[in-house]
Amino acid sequence: MLGFILKRLGLALLVALTVSFISFSLLYLSGDPATAIAGESANAQDVQAIRELYGFDRPMLVQYFDWLWNALRFDFGQSYYFKLPVADLIADRLGVTMRLGLAAISFALIVAIPLGVVAAMRPNSLIDKLALFLSVAGQAMPSFWFALVLISVFSIKLGLVPASGSTSWRHFILPTVVLGYYAMPAIMRLTRAGMLEVLSSDYIRTARAKGASEGRVMFRHALRNAIIPVVSLAAVQMGFMLGGSIVVESIFALHGAGFLAWESISRNDLPTVQALILVFSMFYIVFTLLADIVNAWLDPRMRAA
Amino acid sequence: MQPQATWVQTCALILGCTATPALADKASDTLNVAFTKELENVDSYFNSSREGVVMQRAIWDGLIWADPQTGEYKGNLATEWSWIDDDTLELKLREGVKFHDGSDFTADDVVYTVNFVADPANGAVTQRNVNWMKSAEKVDDYTVRINTNGPFPAALEFLSGPVSIYPSDYYEKVGPQGMGLNPVGTGPYRVTSVDPGKHFTLEINPDYHDSPKGKPSIGKVDIRTIPEVNTQIAELFNGGMDMIWQVPSDQTERITKMDRFTVANESTMRVGYLAMDAAGRSGDTPFAKLEVRQAVNHAIDRDALVDNLLKGKSKVIWTACYPSQFGCDQNVPTYPYDPAKAKELLAKAGYPDGFTTDLYGYRDQQYAEAIASQLSQVGITVNLKMLQYSALRDLNMKGEVPFAFQTWGSFSVNDASAMVSQFFKGGELDDARDEQVIQDLGVADTSTDPEKRKEFYAKALTRVAEEAYWAPMFSYNTNYVFTKDLAYTPTADEVLRFTSMTWN
Repeated sequence: MLGFILKRLGLALLVALTVSFISFSLLYLSGDPATAIAGESANAQDVQAIRELYGFDRPMLVQYFDWLWNALRFDFGQSYYFKLPVADLIADRLGVTMRLGLAAISFALIVAIPLGVVAAMRPNSLIDKLALFLSVAGQAMPSFWFALVLISVFSIKLGLVPASGSTSWRHFILPTVVLGYYAMPAIMRLTRAGMLEVLSSDYIRTARAKGASEGRVMFRHALRNAIIPVVSLAAVQMGFMLGGSIVVESIFALHGAGFLAWESISRNDLPTVQALILVFSMFYIVFTLLADIVNAWLDPRMRAA
Repeated sequence: MQPQATWVQTCALILGCTATPALADKASDTLNVAFTKELENVDSYFNSSREGVVMQRAIWDGLIWADPQTGEYKGNLATEWSWIDDDTLELKLREGVKFHDGSDFTADDVVYTVNFVADPANGAVTQRNVNWMKSAEKVDDYTVRINTNGPFPAALEFLSGPVSIYPSDYYEKVGPQGMGLNPVGTGPYRVTSVDPGKHFTLEINPDYHDSPKGKPSIGKVDIRTIPEVNTQIAELFNGGMDMIWQVPSDQTERITKMDRFTVANESTMRVGYLAMDAAGRSGDTPFAKLEVRQAVNHAIDRDALVDNLLKGKSKVIWTACYPSQFGCDQNVPTYPYDPAKAKELLAKAGYPDGFTTDLYGYRDQQYAEAIASQLSQVGITVNLKMLQYSALRDLNMKGEVPFAFQTWGSFSVNDASAMVSQFFKGGELDDARDEQVIQDLGVADTSTDPEKRKEFYAKALTRVAEEAYWAPMFSYNTNYVFTKDLAYTPTADEVLRFTSMTWN
C-alpha cells in the first residue's frame, strides 16, 4: 500500500510541475505584464522602467526557475495588482472556496447517490424518469442562469436568503445548491449505471438467496462495488469545484479563489495566477490520490495496480 | 403579495431562517453602495481605477478644489496660491485642519507627500498624475512651494484632482501598503474598515473643516464589491443596496419602468474614437491617404450609435478631446454621415471597390461590431480583433495597429492636454506624427497664459480634424440607480461624491 501511495505521489509532483510550466509559458505569451501593471496612462519609458523593476526583461526560462525556486520555499511573491503578499491573498480567499466546494460536493453526493440507487432499483419507473429529468436539466442549465433564477425567487420574492456576500452560513445556501446541482447529474447517473450492473450480477443473487434483507443487499453488497467509479468522479468534481467555481463565486460576490484566479488572469497578475494554479493542481492531485486510496480500500484488487 | 409567499415567509420566520432585514437605508443612516471592480489598494497613488478616485475624494483632500459643475478653482487645504515663476507655485495653507488620527495638518505633510510621490523610485502607479512635480519645500509652517519639471499650466487641475495630501508621520511609518489597509486623511469621511478588494466602510468625519466640498450629511457608507451587475440589481431590489452605478442601459430601461428607484444618467469624459495609422507606422496602409481617413469619418453614423447603443446623455464628439475640457475648441471641421461621399472619397484614393483591413478593439464589442457594419456599407471590410487592453496597448506602442476602436477617459482631468496631447505630441502612441500639431501642442501645454493655450489647442485640434487623423465618435455615459430615499446629482467626471449625497 505504501509503495502504491509513493508511486502515485511521485507522479503527482511531475504533473504539478508540468502544469505550472505550461501555465507560466501561456501567461508569458499572452501579453506583456508590464503594460498591464503600468495602466492606461503609461508611456513607453514607464513600461520599460516597470519591465526592468520586475525583471520581465529576463529570458522566460530564467523567470520561470526564479519563480519555482521561490515557490519551493513557499515564497510566492507579491501580487502585482494588490501589492500584497500572494500567500496572504490566497489564504484570505481560499477559505470561502473550500467551504463552498465542500458544501457543494456534500450536497451533490447526499442527493445524487440515493437518487441513483432508487432509480436503479426501479428502472424505467416514474422515479427513474424523474431522476433522469433532473440530471438532464442540471447538465443543460447554465449555472449563471440557474443562480439568477434562485436569487430572484428566494432572495428577492421570498426574502429567505441573502443574494450576495459570504458573512454567514445563510450566504452559502444558494451558491451550494447551484454549484452542487452542477455536479449532481454525473454522480447520479454513474451511481445508477453501476448499481444496475452490480444488481444483475451473481453474488447479489446469492446474497438475496441467503435471505439477506433488501437494505443489506443494496448498501452492504451492491453499493460498495457500484460506488468505486463514483469516488473517482467525485474527486475530480471536487477539484473542479475548488478551482472552477468562478461563475458562482462571481454571481454571489463570494470573492473566493476561483474568482481571484479569473480576475488575476485578466489583470496579468502573474504571481497570483501561478500560485493559484499550483494550489488548484495540488487540490486535484490530493483528491485523486485520496480517491485512489479510498478505492484501494474499497476494492483490494486495485492495490496491486 | 401572493398569499402563498406570505405563508412561506411565516414558516421561514418560525424556522428562524429569514434574511436579516438589510441594514440599508435612511433608518440606520447607512448608505450601501456596490463597486463592480475589486479596488487594488485604497492608497490613491497606488491604484488606477475609478473606484479608487471615489474613495480618494471621500477620505482625502487636495490643496485646491475644482467645482465639478463650473470648473472654478477654490481653496481646499490651501487658501491661496500664486506662480512665483514659470515652475514654482507658492501656496498658503489652511490652519486648524486635523487628520483623522488627530495630527495637525501643516506644510510638512505637503512636503512629505509631494516628495514621496514625485520620486519615481517609490513607484506611484499613475505616474502622469505626479511626474510633473519635481519637489516641494517648506517656507514656513503654513506656506509651501511646489517646483514643477518645466512650465506646467495644468498644475491646478492636478492639484484639485489626483494629488491629495497624506499625514507625513503616519505615511512615513506605514507606507502605501499600510495606508491602503488603514487609510488616514483629512477628508469628509474616515475609514472604519478595509477588507482588501471586497468591503470598505466609511464614517462621517465630524470635525471636517470648512471645505468647498461641503459638509457631508450621510452618517455611514458601506461599500461591497459585487462583480455581477444582475446580483447588484437583486440586492437593490431586496433592500441590500441603496445605490449602484455603471449599470448597462438595457437594465436601467427596465428599472426606470418599475418606478421604484431613481435612475440618473450623466455623460462621462470618456470618448470613443477610431484611430488610424496616418503615419504608416504599421507598414503600407490605406490610412496613409487623407481621402481614406475622411471616408471613414463620413462612413460613421454617430447619431445612430449614440441613439441606439450608448443612449443616455452620451454626445456626438468631433474633437480629440471632451468638450468640457479646457482648450477643447468645438469649432473644428466635422464629417456628417454621408456614405455616398465616403465611397466617392475611397474611389478618389484609388479604392473604388473598398479594401479589407484589421480593426482592433479592447472593449464594447457590440459597439465595434456596429462600427464594422457601418464601414462595410461603404466598402471597408474589417476583421475585428478584440484583444486584452494591455496586449493592444503593447501593439500601439510598437506602432503595429493600422486601425483601432479606442476609448480614452482622460482620468477625469478637465483639460485638453489630458487627451489630445497624450496622442498627438509625437510620443509612442502618436500615429499622426504631424510636426505642426506637435509644435502647437508644445506651446499650448507649457504656456502659462490661458488665452494663448486656448489659441494653440484650437489650432492643433483643427489640424487634427482637417487631416482626419481620428474619427472621434461619441462620449460614454454612466447610469446611477438609487433608492428614492436618496438625493444625488451625478457629475461628468464619473466620480461618486458621498459628500454631496443626502437622504430625502
